[in-house]
Amino acid sequence: MNDILIKFILSAGTLFIMFNIAGLLTWVERKQSAVMQDRIGANRASIFGFKAMGLFHALADVLKMLSKEEFVPEGANKFLFNLAPYLSVIFALVGFAAIPIGGALVLNNHVIELQAANLNIALIFIFAMMSMGVYGVVLAGFSSNNNYAFLGGMRGAAQMIAYEITMGAAIMGVIMVFNTLDLQALDRAQGAYMLGGWLPKWGVFVQPLAFFLFLTAATAETKRTPFDLPEGESEIIGYFVEYSGMKFGMFFLADLVETVLVAALMTTLFFGGWQVPYLHPDGFYFPWGAHIAISNLPVVIMGVLSFFTKAAFFIWLLMAVRWTLPRFRYDQLMNLGWKILLPASLINIAITAVVVTIF
Amino acid sequence: MKNLEKYFDPKGPFAALRVSQMKRAWKQSNRRQLTWWENTYFPMLISGIFLTSKHFFYNVTFHILHLFGIAKKTKGAITFQYPEMPRPLSSRLRTRHRLTKREDGSPRCVACMMCETVCPARCIEITAAEHPDPNIEKYPAEFILDLGKCVYCGFCVEVCPEDAIRMDTGRLDIAEYSRESMIYDKKRLME
Repeated sequence: MNDILIKFILSAGTLFIMFNIAGLLTWVERKQSAVMQDRIGANRASIFGFKAMGLFHALADVLKMLSKEEFVPEGANKFLFNLAPYLSVIFALVGFAAIPIGGALVLNNHVIELQAANLNIALIFIFAMMSMGVYGVVLAGFSSNNNYAFLGGMRGAAQMIAYEITMGAAIMGVIMVFNTLDLQALDRAQGAYMLGGWLPKWGVFVQPLAFFLFLTAATAETKRTPFDLPEGESEIIGYFVEYSGMKFGMFFLADLVETVLVAALMTTLFFGGWQVPYLHPDGFYFPWGAHIAISNLPVVIMGVLSFFTKAAFFIWLLMAVRWTLPRFRYDQLMNLGWKILLPASLINIAITAVVVTIF
Repeated sequence: MKNLEKYFDPKGPFAALRVSQMKRAWKQSNRRQLTWWENTYFPMLISGIFLTSKHFFYNVTFHILHLFGIAKKTKGAITFQYPEMPRPLSSRLRTRHRLTKREDGSPRCVACMMCETVCPARCIEITAAEHPDPNIEKYPAEFILDLGKCVYCGFCVEVCPEDAIRMDTGRLDIAEYSRESMIYDKKRLME
């Protein structure tokens, strides 16, 4: 009974936090893009005179989408049309179940791992859920009775499938080095230190090429600029052209939820997840010999804060890349995915295999 | 300068002319063959992200300082927040009209009808009345200007011999709910 309650709180808490971060990301996107372009951004939505730097615009967007007319186009397949946005959002959100937010919290002799689902194949689970997200795109394009939406859906599906393969192959190197698929164990393994105790054994120091490949492939998988040709945004007809109101809001939200998922995945795999450098579960052990003993709760809180800080940095980086780079053309995109990134990730696997066997 | 065949037919007419034109255009442009390293797109990627991040950190530092009330002189954005901060206008911009006044508050206009005659949109309507002072023979009993018809050409300002009408109020927000309320009459809204 107690275990079920703890699991319920963990999963509800994770879902709540991540869903709200995705909702805030609409504000972050507008504000960050504005500040990068020397403007101010949207700052006029106010409740009782409080402007709050434009945060209420996120709420205003939600209210606007809820109050719009939702219709199903004539001749469209009603069941699939209504199902597609749910598929996108649900599979993007479920991926968060396997991501560890913190270390092991000890409360009244209960050891609670701060991870909503203790899977020992967590990484495969997350990739499976991201792959199922392709269904949302395909069904949206296919079930609107619209040729252009259909083409957009096919474009999106082709791009997502191409870059999923690179993502999986880039992760292979990390798995080979750390020898586990369980994300909590992977984060623990990144707490080791190399080079005489100075450098933490984070994924980015051990596998830098895989990090860049994963960064590129993940940006393409979530269809963010410079790879956002399926959506296009006023240049080309995307796969959700027939959607209005909250269904469109769900596609939009799925985009942002996947951004958060990809950022969280990058911190977990490559930047040590919730590891703070030189922090062991019982305190700081600095490499020059100093030791500060800290009890369990502050250690766990520091871990959670470090996870969110690193994820926030990656979200910032993804947004900054969005407003810096121009969009790729479709043939350039496919060329990059199949002919450049996939061979590079396979070479990475080969080199990693050799190095791991020797050392 | 490879692959000229993509752009024109090398055996067609004027081929030599096309080649020389393209060579000259290529030399004058600042394009050049990219090196191997530049072809990987990495240098432009990194320099692009540095440029936008530089803008981001510069602006966000000033936004945070503005929240604490310091350094209000340097602006963190080049936006004019419209109703609170007016945009600087040129002094010769033709905005809403006004009738100028003498020292005793009466309008300088002597109802000579020159502005009504020259107006290309025919939006001015003046009714003259006799002024007691023989040096100022007439004054306008009514001066009706339809701002809905006005084309803001400024001819009435140029042609007035008494400098009685000017377009320098700086008011650009002329918006009303009906066409009738855009007809401004003399005393109430132009002085």
